[in-house]
Amino acid sequence: MPNRAYDVIIIGAGVVGSLIARALSRYRLRILLLDKASDVGEGTTKANTAIVHAGYDAKPGSLKAWLNVAGNAMYDQVCAELDVDFDRCGTYVVAVRPEDWETLRYLHQRGVQNGVPGLGLIDAQEMRCREPAITESTVGALVAETGGIVDPFGLCIGAAESAMLNGVELALETEVTGLMREGRRITGVRTNRGDFAGRWVVIAAGLWADDLMHQAGLDGFIITPRKGEYFVLDRVAAETVRNVLFPCPTPISKGILVTRTIHGNVMLGPNANDVCSKEDVSVTADGLNEVLTGALALVPTLNARQIIRTFAGLRATGNTGDFVIECPQDVEGLCVLAGIESPGLTASPAIAEYVVELLREAGLELAERPDYQPIRQAIPRFSALSRREQAELIARDARYGNVICRCETVTEGEIVAACHAPIPARTYDAIKRRTRCGTGRCQGAFDLPLVVQIMARELGLSPLEITKKGGESRFLLRETKQVAP
Amino acid sequence: MRAMTCDVLVIGSGPAGLAAAYQARQSGAQQVLVIERNGELGGILPQCIHNGFGVRVFQSDLTGPEYAYRWVRQAQEAGVAFLTRTMVLAIEAGPRVVATSGELGMVEITPRALVLAMGCRERPRGALAIPGTRPAGVYTAGTAQRLVNMEGYMPGSRFVILGSGDIGMIMARRLTLEGAQVVAMVEILPYISGLRRNLVQCVRDFDIPLHLCTTVTDVRGQERVEAVEIAQVDARWQRVPGTEQTLECDALLLSVGLIPENELSRMAGVALDPVTGGPMIDERCATSIPGIYAAGNVVHVYDLVDDVTASALRAGRYAAEYALRGAATGGAATRGAPAPQPTVPVMPGANVRHVVPQHLHLPALDGDPSVVEFRVREPIEEPVQARVRAGERVLVDKRLRYARPAEMIRLEIEATTLQQFAGQLAGVNGLQVEVVRRRGEPQP
Repeated sequence: MPNRAYDVIIIGAGVVGSLIARALSRYRLRILLLDKASDVGEGTTKANTAIVHAGYDAKPGSLKAWLNVAGNAMYDQVCAELDVDFDRCGTYVVAVRPEDWETLRYLHQRGVQNGVPGLGLIDAQEMRCREPAITESTVGALVAETGGIVDPFGLCIGAAESAMLNGVELALETEVTGLMREGRRITGVRTNRGDFAGRWVVIAAGLWADDLMHQAGLDGFIITPRKGEYFVLDRVAAETVRNVLFPCPTPISKGILVTRTIHGNVMLGPNANDVCSKEDVSVTADGLNEVLTGALALVPTLNARQIIRTFAGLRATGNTGDFVIECPQDVEGLCVLAGIESPGLTASPAIAEYVVELLREAGLELAERPDYQPIRQAIPRFSALSRREQAELIARDARYGNVICRCETVTEGEIVAACHAPIPARTYDAIKRRTRCGTGRCQGAFDLPLVVQIMARELGLSPLEITKKGGESRFLLRETKQVAP
Repeated sequence: MRAMTCDVLVIGSGPAGLAAAYQARQSGAQQVLVIERNGELGGILPQCIHNGFGVRVFQSDLTGPEYAYRWVRQAQEAGVAFLTRTMVLAIEAGPRVVATSGELGMVEITPRALVLAMGCRERPRGALAIPGTRPAGVYTAGTAQRLVNMEGYMPGSRFVILGSGDIGMIMARRLTLEGAQVVAMVEILPYISGLRRNLVQCVRDFDIPLHLCTTVTDVRGQERVEAVEIAQVDARWQRVPGTEQTLECDALLLSVGLIPENELSRMAGVALDPVTGGPMIDERCATSIPGIYAAGNVVHVYDLVDDVTASALRAGRYAAEYALRGAATGGAATRGAPAPQPTVPVMPGANVRHVVPQHLHLPALDGDPSVVEFRVREPIEEPVQARVRAGERVLVDKRLRYARPAEMIRLEIEATTLQQFAGQLAGVNGLQVEVVRRRGEPQP
C-alpha cells in the first residue's frame, strides 16, 4: 500500500524541480517534491557559473533557445517574488584575436534570430573602458544587456520554500529506487522511505534523469556528466573585475569565464571534461591549471593569491544537443526533463511554466487556488542592511548583533533563522548556502566551532551529530578524553 | 546608534591588543577601550594550552591562557575597559569605528587614536588548490586546536597534517596525546616552516613521520575524508611521478601559513605592504593614516608572542602620545600633531623577504633604538651577517649562527647611529636589510 496519494510527484528538488513545484502550487493539486539529498539544490544547481544568459548561444528553433530567452525575461519578477539576489548587469563575450570578430557577429546574428533584445558590438577601446582589467589583446566584444548574475542556491531554496508555503510537501533524503507502473501508466514512485502513489510523475532528476527514463521504459537517452572546475577569489578581486566576461565559445562549452558573482566575489571557470561518474565532483590539478590559464587569457592581472576556494560541478549533458522536456507518448502519467545543461538555470522559470502547459495538455486539470501566495521572504541578511536597519534588527533580536562569520558578517540571528526556516537548514553546507557563513576568505576556519554549537542547540542535536552535508559527513568524531574506539 | 568616544581604541584583545591597551594607559591615555569579537579575552591564546609563552616578557615559561590572563589582569588593573562579543563592521574617516554587539546594538566609537590588533587568519584549503573531493574532515590546524582544546571534541582519529607550521606541529603532539594517530606530516619545502623546538618536542619526540619535499596531491572520500594521496615534489614543486603514496586517514589538517587580517585596515584606507599583507608602519607602529597604529600579527606574522607584545607596547605608547596631543589641543588629534617628519624607506636586500617597519624617521624622533624585524627567504645553516645598510655604509652588522625563514630576526638601530647618519643619507634611496654568508670564515 502506498503511503500517500498525490496528483503530482516531482523527482528532484534542484532549481528546475523546485520551480516546477512552485508553478504547480498555484493550482488545487496535491504535490510531492522529493530529493535524495539532505537539502534542496544539492546537484548541478549548487555548482555552476550562476549566470543568467541572454540567449545568443543556442541554436535558433531549439528548446534551449526559446526557453533561455523566455526564462531570462522572467528573472526580475521571479527573483523579486522569491527575495533572491539578482543583478541584470549585462554580460560580455570578449574577442581576443581579429578572427574572433566573425564569431561575435555570428553570435550577434544568432541572438537576434533567437529574439534576444539589447545585443550590441563594441570596439576594444569601449571594452577597455568598461573593464580596465581586460587583456591588452582584446579587439572588441559582444555586449548582452539582458545577461546577469544570480544566487542559484537562493533561487532554488526560494522556489522550494514558496512551493511549500503553497501546500507542496517536500521529502528530503528520499531516494527513488523504482517507478510504480500499471501497463503503460506510471502510478507512483518507490523510495527508501516507502512507496508514494501519484497520478503524474515528473522526472527533474538532473544527472540521473536518464536512469529514471530507462526505468520508465524510455530508451535511447544518455546523459554524460561533463565536469566544470572553478576557482572563487576573495572579494578584494572584485576591485579588479567588474563584469561578466566570456571568451569566444568553443563547440562544447561557452569557455572559461572571469566573472563577478552576485555575492561580491570573483569566479573563474569552468572547463569542460566528460567524466564517468555522476558523483565525481573532485577538482584536479590539470583541470584547475586549465581554468587558471583560460582566465588569465581574459584578465592577465588576476592574482592567484586571492583564491579562496575551488569546486567542481557536473553538467547533465544529453546526447540530443537540446533539452528534452516532454510527456512521452508511449508512457502515461509521466513528464520527463532531461539534458538540462546550460542554459538550464536561466531557462528554469520558463521550463516550469512549459511543464505546467504540457501537463495541462496531457489532461491534468488545473484549477487555480484563490489563496496562492507568490511572495516568499528570505531570512534577513544583516550585512546587506543599512546601519539603521541593522540597529532595528538587533533591537528586535539581540542575536543579530552577534557576528559569527567575520569574513562575510553573518550573525547568530541569521544562522538561527536558517535552522528554523520553512526548509530548515540541517547541515553546515545548508547554513552556508542560506547565509554565506563560511564562504569568505577564512573558509569557515573561525566560524565552524561556533556554528556547530548553534546548530546543535537549535536543532536539538549533539555537536557530534552535526554534518557538513548529511550522511557520514560528521565534523566531530568523539569527545576528548574518551578512549578511542 | 549609541555614540562613544575614548582616547585610545584597540581592535582585538589578543596579545597585541592587550599589551597596546595596557601601555596606552601607562603612557597617560585616560580612556582606553578594547573591542573583542569573542566572548573571552586573549584572541587565540586561550586555545594555545601548550607552554613556551612569556619566556622573555615574564621570565617564565607560561601556557597561552596563563599569558593571556597575566595581560588581562595587568590591563584591567591599569584601568583598560573591554567590550566583548563586539565586532567592528567598519572603520570610517576620522577614524570612526562602527561596531555591533548583541548587548549594545550598533555602536559608533570616535577615538583620538586607534590601534589595529586584529591578528591573522590561517590560509585555507582553497588557497592551495589541493586536488580531490570536498568532504568533511579538512580543517585548518587552528580550527582543530579550538575544537580539541576549547570545545572538547576530536575532529578525527587518523590525521595527516599538510604543512609544518608551528600550530600544525603543536597539534600533531596534542592529537597524539588525545589518542588519535598522526599518520604523517608532509611539507612541500625541503625544510620545516615552524620553529626547531617544535620539531623536536612535538614531531620527533612523538615519532611522527615527517615527509619533506612532499605534498598532498589528492583528497579522497565523498562524505568524510577516507584517504589522501601524497607525492614528492621537485625543486619547482612539480609532482615526481612514481612517488605517490596513499595514506588512509579520516582528517587532513592544514598548517600552511598565516595571513594578516587586514580587511578593516583596507576599509580605513591604510596603505598595505603587498608582501606582508599588513599595514606599512614606521618605527612607532604608525600607519599611513595619522592616528591609526598597528601591532602584532596584523602587521606581519610573528613566531613568538613575546615579540608581538614588544611591538604592541610601542604601538600603545605612541597611540597614547598621539591621543594626548589631540586632547591637549581640545580637538581632532591631527590638529595637535607636529609637522610630519621625513622618513626613509627600509627595504629587503639580499635573502630578505620583507622588513618591518617599512620606513624609519631620520633622525629618530626620540632617543629610543629603532627595531627592525625581518625574515630571510632561504635558510642558511652556517654563520651569517645580518646587516642594515645605507648604500655602502653599514649601520648595523650582527653575526648570527644561522638564518631560517621560520625565525624572525630582530635588529636594533641605535638612535645615535641614525642621528650620525642622518645628514649623510640625503642622497641614499633608503636602508637595505640583508643576510649574507660570512666570507672567509671556517665552515662549521
